Amino acid sequence: MGTIQINTPLTKADRSALKAGDHVRISGVIYTARDAAHKRMTENLAKGIELPVELKDQLIYYVGPCPAKPGEIIGSAGPTTSGRMDLYTPELLNHGLGAMMGKGNRSEMVINAMISHQAVYFGCVGGAGALFQSLIKSSELIAYEDLGTEAIRKLLVEDFPAIVVIDAQGNNLYETERKKFKR
Amino acid sequence: MRVIHTDTIIQAVSEMCIEANCYLGADMESALKNAREREISENGIEILETMQKNLMVAAEKKIPICQDTGMVVIFLNIGQQVQIEGGGLSEALQKGVEKGYQQGFLRKSVVSDPLLRSNTGTNTPAIIHYNITEGESFKIKLLPKGFGSENTSALKMLKPAEGLAGVKKFILETIENGSPNACAPVVVGVGIGGTMEKAALMAKEALSRPLGSHHPADHIQSLEAYLLEAANQLGIGPMGLGGVNTVLGINIETFPTHIAGLPVAVNMGCYVNRHVEREL
Repeated sequence: MGTIQINTPLTKADRSALKAGDHVRISGVIYTARDAAHKRMTENLAKGIELPVELKDQLIYYVGPCPAKPGEIIGSAGPTTSGRMDLYTPELLNHGLGAMMGKGNRSEMVINAMISHQAVYFGCVGGAGALFQSLIKSSELIAYEDLGTEAIRKLLVEDFPAIVVIDAQGNNLYETERKKFKR
Repeated sequence: MRVIHTDTIIQAVSEMCIEANCYLGADMESALKNAREREISENGIEILETMQKNLMVAAEKKIPICQDTGMVVIFLNIGQQVQIEGGGLSEALQKGVEKGYQQGFLRKSVVSDPLLRSNTGTNTPAIIHYNITEGESFKIKLLPKGFGSENTSALKMLKPAEGLAGVKKFILETIENGSPNACAPVVVGVGIGGTMEKAALMAKEALSRPLGSHHPADHIQSLEAYLLEAANQLGIGPMGLGGVNTVLGINIETFPTHIAGLPVAVNMGCYVNRHVEREL
């Protein structure tokens, strides 16, 4: 299977063209956010406070990186378990979020919201923090500095390897692949 | 009587934190290599190769294999002929962890209160288990435990009548439900018997046993072998995206228990299953 080069931001048309099972290499700007940042973003939205980033067609990467060693851009930066963000995700999809990247399955509620917004979910290899660190070309703190590793960062990535796990039609590798190898 | 200074302990623990997080043990590395050779799923192959590439980058750059550098668990075996000089033993172990996480640029992932959730900034407290032995030995086992896998662990108080079949069912269910989020192919630590907390403790310590080692009792060895085979037939595969490698190893520990009970604890460990030990 070949790999598909994709560039962020991902328009609705870009997203709809991706199919579950596609192996991709992502380049461009992506944003980091995990548990605490999601909680704050959605709590703020409920209070009428705007998001610190324009999410339209953007990709959120679920990661809490290690501190950068001197001379490095960032520390190890692999994905965390996406399911913990499920509660907050539909609200962010309502605000234009186009794609997410992490590890593990998503809830039915998230998948339904993904279908309505034609969003995609990428899986990348858990624990591959050192390799992914080497693919991050710049990192800029955007918001919530007080959250430390959980702050929102803007990353520029190059050829970041991922797999389309759930596509905009709701096809889900967690449902389809296991059966093929079950004995 | 043997005297050990707290400075020696602090230094050893700090080095062990960095070593465990940046360099994979030989047992885990060869298990991953074998998994890659056996794998037949396209997703699985791509994932296992990425995992191997990651290990090379981590060692080369001396940075953590995984950004979740864990909450530190220490098993300390200390001989009753050992005297600690320079301060408190527990304090020295905690200071060692703080120093290692600071100097190694490791992520601080510990919050001070489970509900209020503010980061302690030092990755302490570590969880410490003491075991007093005879003689003068001082052996530290250290496991930086990531929570992607920890969160998928489970404990069940089975009825004795559920027996071996019940034990197998519970362990396989836990593996089936947990492996995708636990960064499969996983290492599974199991504790059977004792009391509730003893089972959990055995399951945790079982993760520190090198892969390929076996329980001394024949019937438990067969159980380890059966579970490994059965788990790898589930089809879950690397990261849960399909394949024949769901589990790299299953280590079981057992202990006498009560006539009315059959506790079983399953502690899930990811494919890096960081564990180091050092004798001072």
